[in-house]
Amino acid sequence: MSETRNTLYGVLGEFDSPKTLIAAARKVHAAGYEHFDAFAPFPVPGLSEACGLHLGLKGWRRNLVPQITLLGGFAGGLGGFFFQYWVNVITYPLNIAGRPLNSWPAFIPVTFEMTVLGASLFAVFGMLALNKLPQPHCPLFSVPRFKRATDDKFFLCIESTDKKFNLADATKFLEGIGAGYVTEVRDED
Amino acid sequence: MSEGPVNSPEIPRLPRVLEPGYNYASVTDKIASIVLTRPVSMGWLAGFSIAFVIMMVLLGSIAWLFIKGVGIWGINIPIGWGFAIVNFVWWIGIGHAGTLISAILFLLNQQWRTSINRFAEAMTLFAVACAAIFPGIHVGRPWMAFYMFPYPSTMGIWPQFRSPLIWDVFAVSTYGTVSALFWFVGLIPDLATLRDRATNKAAQIIYGMLAMGWRGSARHWHRYQSAYLLLAGLATPLVLSVHTVVSFDFAVGIVPGWHTTIFPPYFVAGAIYSGFAMVLTIAIPLRKAYGLEDFITMRHLENMAKVMLATGLIVAYGYFMEFFLALYSGNKFDLFLVEQRLHGPYSHYYFALILCNILTPQLLWIRKVRTNVAALFIMSLVINTGMWLERFVIVVISLTRDFNPGAWGRYQATFWDYSTFIGTLGLFVGLLFLFVRGLPAISIAEMRELVAHKSHEGHE
Repeated sequence: MSETRNTLYGVLGEFDSPKTLIAAARKVHAAGYEHFDAFAPFPVPGLSEACGLHLGLKGWRRNLVPQITLLGGFAGGLGGFFFQYWVNVITYPLNIAGRPLNSWPAFIPVTFEMTVLGASLFAVFGMLALNKLPQPHCPLFSVPRFKRATDDKFFLCIESTDKKFNLADATKFLEGIGAGYVTEVRDED
Repeated sequence: MSEGPVNSPEIPRLPRVLEPGYNYASVTDKIASIVLTRPVSMGWLAGFSIAFVIMMVLLGSIAWLFIKGVGIWGINIPIGWGFAIVNFVWWIGIGHAGTLISAILFLLNQQWRTSINRFAEAMTLFAVACAAIFPGIHVGRPWMAFYMFPYPSTMGIWPQFRSPLIWDVFAVSTYGTVSALFWFVGLIPDLATLRDRATNKAAQIIYGMLAMGWRGSARHWHRYQSAYLLLAGLATPLVLSVHTVVSFDFAVGIVPGWHTTIFPPYFVAGAIYSGFAMVLTIAIPLRKAYGLEDFITMRHLENMAKVMLATGLIVAYGYFMEFFLALYSGNKFDLFLVEQRLHGPYSHYYFALILCNILTPQLLWIRKVRTNVAALFIMSLVINTGMWLERFVIVVISLTRDFNPGAWGRYQATFWDYSTFIGTLGLFVGLLFLFVRGLPAISIAEMRELVAHKSHEGHE
């Protein structure tokens, strides 16, 4: 096994419906596999839970999008306000009809817009970065049937990096939990 | 979905949000085929060509403007704003319905948003693009339009952040950016679908690059869904703030007819009103041309008509309050402005506005009108015209009749005013034509979700 391990990415099983995929993900998770992933053409409610993505501190760390978004909001809001303060009070003070230089209520609209802008940019780019996208190459793309993961089929892949991974066992396991089509995935250029 | 009263015998069952008989594959096939396999039709070619010619009118008008200056327009002191600002406010307002549908109805978990959100968001982007042209070319020296942004200039000067006009720069640019992000995030799964279904090498490469390696992984969906939800939550107050800030351009000034606190809510309602009208103007020909009646059903059209009726009534309340507050305050300049609206040189615009925005939409109380596609299409055009007239009335009547009779004036739009405005219509329609052929006009991933939801419910 050891010489093929470098190029073996994992074992992929195909399922017909979101229901069977969730049941299968639960079983794979219960069997103690950690490095596995499910694939669906739309967000299936309950799939993250079935894969155990929400569990424990690891689960919290896995989805840092809300925290990153909050950070972006703070950065945008504070940066937006103090930028205006710096411009209109410190570096370029202008007397506009005798108003105080730090006329903070007038700075609120821009502060608000910058808060939203910061939070949105962090949410989107944070989500992409955590998902490691863009990723032009993925070994799964070499499986012709995997094209239907963005159409009408559901897949589950047990990855070879898992501690418990063994090609024959994983294949048998996937066949045992109702995968219609099971194939090994190779990482080759 | 509340099923109780809907199924009771005396109330007819609501039309469905998706006609029965669709599965994941057929939904994908139907929407993706419009982009990938359908040959270019004569209708598309003719429509795009006309839009392209009108777009050239816009380019020609702007070129002439750059050569001669803003004097080719009808603006002159005291009316410095004219068509450019009327069009800017009108276009920005139209964009609002797209964000409302995609963000607010998403947070409210309204299933009927699914098949209309994608092209409504595209409409938002194109409308913001058309709107952003106007302040840029209206500044007189457009090659210095970048002065509006704070940047470390060698002259050491900075913008003045107490001015609503600079708030507007931030509001509109944030709105454009966030709308584009929201739209693109929603598109990622569909771009992956197009990548996997495309048979042509160029299409595979282009969609493949845009999809960024999306493969529907549960881990990816997990984060994707929280990002999408957060974006919807951020876009909701943003969309309300944008037209609020646009209304500050008027309301913070002391000009009679502008200086009122009713402006922000009534501008936001007006924006949603005109935006839904524009969504209907686009949806009705789109569903007909591409046979999407099963996806964009009568339920969608009727719901949009109801939103128009509701926001139209808020707008009517705004018009009423402007009059009431002028009378109640006893402010003679406000009272004079009311008189000018009713009897002044532009009173026919005001009466046309009342006809388009308040009287005609009352027909929407009648169910037969709400379910008549042709009537809705005409109604949407009438409301769009009415909302344009509203901005004309606000800008022109107030500026031509302020405090001192010595500062009164008249405004007459010129050929170039009209050609620039009509040109942006060409740009808008042209971009929509390209969008329909280049990207899925309906969100495929969300339609699959709807199919899954329906089959889970067990009926259909």
